[in-house]
Amino acid sequence: MLEIRNLHAGVNGREILKGVNLSVNAGELHSIMGPNGSGKSTLAQVLAGRDTYEVTEGQVIYQGRDLLEMAPDERAREGVFMAFQYPVEIPGVNTAYFLRAALNAKRKHHGLDELDAVDFLAFVKEKIKLVGMDERLLQRAINEGFSGGEKKRGEVFQMAVLEPALAIMDETDSGLDIDALKIVANGINHMRNAQSAIIIVTHYQRLLNYVVPDYVHVLIDGRIVRSGGKELAIELEEKGYVGIEGTGAATQPVTAGRGVS
Amino acid sequence: MTDHRQHANVYKADFAKLGESTVTPQLLTIRRQALDRFLALGFPTTRNEEWRFTNVAPIARTPFRLAGGDGARIDDRVLNGETLDPGWPRLAFTNAHATPACSSARVRQDSLVIESLAGRLAGEPRGLPPDLTKHASFDQEAFTALNTAFLDDGAYVVIPRNLVFEDPIHLIFVSAAGGNGDATVSHPRSLIVIEPGSQATIIESYVGLADGVYLTNAVTEIIVGHDATIDHYKIVREEPRSYHIGATQIHLSRNSTVSSHTISIGGALVRNNITAVLDGEGAQCTLNGLYVTCGREHVDNHLRVEHAKPHCDSREFFKGILDDNSRGVFTGRIIVHPDAQKTDAKQTNMNLLLAEGARVDTKPQLEIFANDVKCTHGATIGQLDADAIFYLRSRGLAQETARAVLIHAFAGESVEKIRPQPLRRQLQQILLKRLPHGELLQEAV
Ligand SMILES: Nc1ncnc2c1ncn2[C@@H]1O[C@H](COP(=O)(O)OP(=O)(O)OP(=O)(O)O)[C@@H](O)[C@H]1O
Ligand SMILES: [Mg+2]
Repeated sequence: MLEIRNLHAGVNGREILKGVNLSVNAGELHSIMGPNGSGKSTLAQVLAGRDTYEVTEGQVIYQGRDLLEMAPDERAREGVFMAFQYPVEIPGVNTAYFLRAALNAKRKHHGLDELDAVDFLAFVKEKIKLVGMDERLLQRAINEGFSGGEKKRGEVFQMAVLEPALAIMDETDSGLDIDALKIVANGINHMRNAQSAIIIVTHYQRLLNYVVPDYVHVLIDGRIVRSGGKELAIELEEKGYVGIEGTGAATQPVTAGRGVS
Repeated sequence: MTDHRQHANVYKADFAKLGESTVTPQLLTIRRQALDRFLALGFPTTRNEEWRFTNVAPIARTPFRLAGGDGARIDDRVLNGETLDPGWPRLAFTNAHATPACSSARVRQDSLVIESLAGRLAGEPRGLPPDLTKHASFDQEAFTALNTAFLDDGAYVVIPRNLVFEDPIHLIFVSAAGGNGDATVSHPRSLIVIEPGSQATIIESYVGLADGVYLTNAVTEIIVGHDATIDHYKIVREEPRSYHIGATQIHLSRNSTVSSHTISIGGALVRNNITAVLDGEGAQCTLNGLYVTCGREHVDNHLRVEHAKPHCDSREFFKGILDDNSRGVFTGRIIVHPDAQKTDAKQTNMNLLLAEGARVDTKPQLEIFANDVKCTHGATIGQLDADAIFYLRSRGLAQETARAVLIHAFAGESVEKIRPQPLRRQLQQILLKRLPHGELLQEAV
């Protein structure tokens, strides 16, 4: 589904991603962990198509196509979804209106009929239950005045509505209390299926208690320095990233950087 | 200066042709004084601080002939397009001349008045309505002087004491250039009196009939009695080569409430002089505005809010969306008189620039002579938020759609404040056509 090869990217000439390799197959759930500033969000944003970041080297193949050649909105219509670490407040834009426009843009792209307001509302009300949010949120402006936790849940809700093939969730767990965390985890588990893949970016193993990843990768200083199964997350929780670097990952960047395929 | 001197003769000649037979000596005197004052002042130049950012040389340079009311007729199509609700009382004017065929029956019952000013001036009892010309001073305002010199017709509305008049009263001013391509000027003059304890909604629509060079030089005086409420809308939708200079002069008495909305969406040069005098304790005045410009259009909103008495609140909220090489000007002057303690004044001007060539000059001017007051102001000039565009695109909205969504959201805040639903819908439709990629939104709605 997704193949990232030797991806280098940065901002204003400063390199942030220094050769990321990662491959993700349909049906898999990957977790990317790493210390602050290691480049996790940069990776997520580059995959979503944020043009602030300049890709200087490498390739990203998504469903057999060159992802980096595609505009952000085309990526979205082709099934890529990023849950933002910091969802943007957009005053004046009604959430229901926006989501219907987004869903219909995608449906149209795939040759499906657009949903009218009535059908859409029925559809979306089912989805909002998944994240345990108040329906009234639909009539509010996008993320405006939402609490930190509401914003994160809102991202999961949007993901549920848009049913992406590849979801990249950037720290969707941070800022959630334990109840909200369980709800979000439940929502994510609900969306796992054989056709789609999910990449969860997180600092903590906390979420991974509820959403069990197939693979865990450690991103440090712009490189994936280690990859493993779910037990790697537990090891990280115990030892921290310093320990990981100490295990020699940094001295064996070539093997460790190859990632899981 | 020289330009105006050149064309002074044009104005004098048309002044001489004004009908005098139906007019009282009192009005004749006022007109002559106003003409003299206009000739003495001349059109303002950018050296005049009040006109620093708005150059009216194109107006001074053009020999505008006084437009006749009969030359251009409002056809049904225009009127139907402008009629917001057939049930509302409506007065239509062509080049500032009442067009009875297109107005709903004039209303004059008990002391409720909704009629043309010319009708009032010609009818019984003779004599000027007492408030006429009392508030819009022409001493320093050349355009108001010119309007007063040609004072003849416009709307005259009186809402008598303790009457809640539910239906909005719609005043439609249609301007058109002369048939043979002459540049023409009209001077709509309106007087709106909301007597104590009463309540009304007034809509002034200024529209062009056909492309051409014309000047609409309007003055509207609004007198709001104590404990009275008015919801006022002025919509400027002139033709692309035309000019609109308009004064809205509002006088507020004790405990009166005014909300006035000035929406400018068309005209080569539009200047709105909006003045509110809060002249009684407990008065509350809200001035809202929206301007949407493109091409080389120029819109100048010139506000002056005068707190003359204590315990009054004023709110100004103006938003601008500027595209291409257009230009916006916002001046918000707030004057707090020495005994106007406990004044609470707040001013906001927000601008969205859609193109490199678009430009805004925004200037608050606070003159505070009392010590126990709360005055705040804020102005922003910015582009569309790149983070917001990316967020929308990351969900699948095409770039143009994302931009259109954000532009309309920006305008939406002003449009939502418009209470009469048919007017709000009309403006939403106009904005969909006028703002970039609105067609994409209709699709998505
Ligand atoms: N737009 C930008 N402009 C300048 N520097 C940036 C930009 N985006 C990221 N960086 C820098 O790149 C580095 C990686 O940032 P990134 O946000 O990808 O880290 P992260 O791993 O997501 O961190 P966190 O765990 O704190 O979310 C940081 O040093 C950050 O300051
Ligand atoms: Mg991050």
